[in-house]
Amino acid sequence: MRLALELALARSAGRLSRLAGRGGGTTLPGKILATIDPAALSMLAARLPEGSAIVSATNGKTTTASLVATILAPRVRLAHNRSGANLVSGVTSTLIEERGAELGLFEVDEGALPDVSRRIRPRAVCLGNLFRDQLDRYGELERLAEQWRVSVAELPAMTALVVNADDPQVGDLATVRPGAVTFGLDDPVQARPSLQHAADSKYCLRCGTPYVYATAYVGHLGDYRCPACGHGRPSLDIAARNIELHGLQAVSFDLATPEDTRRVRIELPGLYNVYNALGAAALSRALGATPQEVGEGLSRARPAFGRAERIDVDGRILLILTIKNPAGANEVVRTLVAAGAPRLAVIALNDAIADGRDVSWIWDADFEPLLERLERLVVTGSRAAELALRCAYAGFPADRLEIVPKLVDALDRGLELTAHGDELIFLPTYTAMLALRKTVSERGHARQYWERAA
Amino acid sequence: MKLRVGHLYPDYLNIYADRGNIAVLVSRAARRGLDLEVTGIGLGETPHPGVYDLLYVGGGQDREQALVAPDLAAKGPALRQAVEDGAAVLAVCGGYQLLGRFYRDRYGGELPGAEVFPLHTIAGERRMIGDVLIECELEPGSVQTVAGFENHAGRTIVDAGTEPLGRVIAGFGNDGTSGHEGCRVGRAIGTYLHGPLLPRNPRLADWLLAQAFAHHTGGEPPELDPLDDTLEAVAHEVSAARARSRGGRY
Repeated sequence: MRLALELALARSAGRLSRLAGRGGGTTLPGKILATIDPAALSMLAARLPEGSAIVSATNGKTTTASLVATILAPRVRLAHNRSGANLVSGVTSTLIEERGAELGLFEVDEGALPDVSRRIRPRAVCLGNLFRDQLDRYGELERLAEQWRVSVAELPAMTALVVNADDPQVGDLATVRPGAVTFGLDDPVQARPSLQHAADSKYCLRCGTPYVYATAYVGHLGDYRCPACGHGRPSLDIAARNIELHGLQAVSFDLATPEDTRRVRIELPGLYNVYNALGAAALSRALGATPQEVGEGLSRARPAFGRAERIDVDGRILLILTIKNPAGANEVVRTLVAAGAPRLAVIALNDAIADGRDVSWIWDADFEPLLERLERLVVTGSRAAELALRCAYAGFPADRLEIVPKLVDALDRGLELTAHGDELIFLPTYTAMLALRKTVSERGHARQYWERAA
Repeated sequence: MKLRVGHLYPDYLNIYADRGNIAVLVSRAARRGLDLEVTGIGLGETPHPGVYDLLYVGGGQDREQALVAPDLAAKGPALRQAVEDGAAVLAVCGGYQLLGRFYRDRYGGELPGAEVFPLHTIAGERRMIGDVLIECELEPGSVQTVAGFENHAGRTIVDAGTEPLGRVIAGFGNDGTSGHEGCRVGRAIGTYLHGPLLPRNPRLADWLLAQAFAHHTGGEPPELDPLDDTLEAVAHEVSAARARSRGGRY
């Protein structure tokens, strides 16, 4: 009875927040409920007949969860925090809003994983990767990895664990939990010649010797082995082989599972999305999806908001590729260049808490391959000048660089420079992406991020 | 003329975009007709005094810092000699800590330091994270502000009588209480400010180049030709405003 009253109160708050134009109200109900009843999340999660599943990673958690949702949608009614509100408050809010859900599907902030996991006691967990990201918020990678290790040790015995074997820190979690399912890439053709600048986790977890990579795919993800003590990538239960990258449109690959191997195509670009697809396939399988359901679900998938999302704006296609840390930005740059680099791009750098207040990461990201090919660049956001400096010191000519501090103006300038029917490439940080989507949504071109796709 | 920069442990200490600092030094030198040759100095390699006009040490995560600390301590005598002979040094964050006497973590474990700076660092309970603005007087009568971002658990205690890099206007600085930030010994400076430090603080970058130049020639630091720093000035102002509005808060 008490929970019912609390729920009613929290739901009204969410509606009020939206009515007041304060955004989606995607965290407020949860914040209120968590304040008046700290045990609410555990109780709400315990009511789900099919339990809950968690996806966490530095990069790709929104997309991975969205892929899982597409795969599972025909079989089960989901409570899914699709808006990306991924702290305790956001997960709680989702459970408040989604009445009648059978299974909880939550992307969870990597720092919030231990707390959320302890409260909802998930049935399955997918852990994707750990890259340096927002050091002002999360602290050091090692600390986060240690928290994940503790969190995994605390999981209920019946919980299925799925980990990315290609990340040394994450793959190692499989060794502390018998029965864990590993996934990774197995396609030397797609390997990079060397580790990216400022790669993380490149020293052996056991003895500190630099790993030797037979293949490096994305950042420090790959097939690693320590030449001194032999610590290396665990064997793969689920793998992607014969990968084909279809420009900025799609990827296809052989999805090899213990059950079968089938060709899969997803309408998301870039090698990093193969990892997201593998994580989604492995987690869905742990939740009971058949190989056929996985394959069909992946082929139906569409981009999550702001993640390689295309929005038609008056006959021009706005392609939004959110960037928020060096590893993610590097993959976006690599994908753009491999697809035949654009003439024009808009990059937006904000420094709100959700972006990271420390903007030093832009100097660690390898924008150079893109800058070398761009004819014109528009920079915007609350730290536009810093971004302009980054590009100037990379040698980008001043007369081809436009600083347009206001995001709306930068969007209009980008559209103005884009021919009818062409794509405008827009790389925003997180809050810039939300603001950008809000703008195009207010102009009637896209749904707000908290609204459900048709 | 070719100036030589020794970059210590670029593979290990690079957490706060340290290559941005190097890129700024290279570019600003090139625009004055100076060639800057940057050489990585790794584990087991000795930075022989006299070879490098400027030495750079960046920051790393705890694990990486622990991996290099004993090696860096072993390089101590060579580094101290280099500083005594007038080489310029820029040490940022973890590199700054490791050029002191020691770093003591929260569990009482200690990393040895290279003893270039007369200071030591002890990890505190809470990290000091945020935008920071300081005021420095690198040359008598020439006061400038330096803006950056800090993120450190260590409280650095500088020996009495040692010159700090600057006075904290907004932010935490060395220990959050002394009002001082960084340390200076001759042409060597250490600081917690990253962001990275040099792109938005071009006067500091030029000061370092001039010191490296002086080491190379054995003469006085030259007046470098001015550059168009319009963009740098805007970035500095934005960063300084951030420090004033939100720096120095837990």
